[in-house]
Amino acid sequence: MDEIQNAVASLLTDSSLHLTADRLACARGGRLIFKDVSFSLRSGEALVLTGRNGAGKSSLIALLAGRLAIEDGTLMFEGGGEAPLAEHIHLVGHRDGLKGALTAAENLTFARDMLGAPGLASKAALDAVGLAHAAALPVAYLSAGQRRRVALARLLVAHRAIWLLDEPFSALDAVSQQVLTGLMQAHLARGGMIVAATHGPLGLVDAKTLQIGPAQ
Amino acid sequence: MRRAFWALLRRDLTLAIRAGGGGGLALAFFLILVTLIPFALGPDLNLLSRISPAILWLGALLSTLIGLDRLFQADVEDGSIELLHGSPLPLEGAVLAKGLAHWLTTGLPLALAAPLLGLLVALPVEAMSPLALTLLAGTPAFTFIGAVGAALTATLRRGGLIVPVLVAPLSVPTLIFGVSAANAAIGGTVPFLPPFLILCAISLVAVVVGVFASAAALRQTE
Repeated sequence: MDEIQNAVASLLTDSSLHLTADRLACARGGRLIFKDVSFSLRSGEALVLTGRNGAGKSSLIALLAGRLAIEDGTLMFEGGGEAPLAEHIHLVGHRDGLKGALTAAENLTFARDMLGAPGLASKAALDAVGLAHAAALPVAYLSAGQRRRVALARLLVAHRAIWLLDEPFSALDAVSQQVLTGLMQAHLARGGMIVAATHGPLGLVDAKTLQIGPAQ
Repeated sequence: MRRAFWALLRRDLTLAIRAGGGGGLALAFFLILVTLIPFALGPDLNLLSRISPAILWLGALLSTLIGLDRLFQADVEDGSIELLHGSPLPLEGAVLAKGLAHWLTTGLPLALAAPLLGLLVALPVEAMSPLALTLLAGTPAFTFIGAVGAALTATLRRGGLIVPVLVAPLSVPTLIFGVSAANAAIGGTVPFLPPFLILCAISLVAVVVGVFASAAALRQTE
């Protein structure tokens, strides 16, 4: 575990970031999903999004990633330099973003080259999620939980300050959940931020929670 | 940024070549199509020979279009499109890399194979190299005009046939100038160079317009 945390800690992180959302509203297809969502997140803090199915947790994550237009309100990100918010964000969503015909290592090497700011090598990242033995296997041969772990290993191959995780624990076994919690703690300790939508506990002690309800 | 461009190009080439990628499929479809024409037309060698450039150009167009709907759809379905959105490489650069990979695995093999397949439709020997040359110059236009249609329909389930329907009408100018340049070699009505240069111009414009239009369409997909 220490090895992994050291590995994550070796990814250089800034320490004075500030993400503020003020009365955000989001609409999809002309229908208001949520409104008046406000939060403030600083380096080293985590935000857990809760709410019923369909309340708009995934929509908020897509909105933070810049993939949905902001209907109303403001979203500010300070301390990140000139690069836009989207280039500070790691997104692990429902769809794992892996190509079945490529091996786990090839998928991660591609993500590393694509995202810039390279972190761990793909082999080391797979080692961190306990999949070193599967590096040369095509991802199509892996189980749902293993694919999830490869997708999560992507968080380690490129350094990005904000992790957006949509149901990060789905399909993970107990051991992998602990590993992920360890990775998240290490990321926060280095001044990163996490926004996670989840139904279960994340295992992060002092995480803020934000309840998202349906828009009235 | 350059690193991301090459990584994307390399990934798409790898995916096309590996099993299920459909890299060789366009070529096989082209072969089947060109083989069927003489059976439909009958054994009139003069007729076949006269229309052979047109047959090969039509075959190249249809073969390019059949696999094109997967250009962005596959990335949207498995979520890897998010990597393109979050990359320092602008989306326009990503479209250029993907289009280039598509052309290298589809248009280029088609252009190189066309003179050989021309034997099946009695393509005159002196027309072989002009035909390959016009296809080399013209197929990028098919890929990048098609990319716009592929980007527009990226989120549609079963949007497979919509892309050819959208794109085929836009390919008419490419087809006209491509065939007339290729016909010049077998005694067409115009010399080779003027239609060929216009064909090159169409391809260049298609690459530029296609890259920006596809990126704009992809930004609209949720």
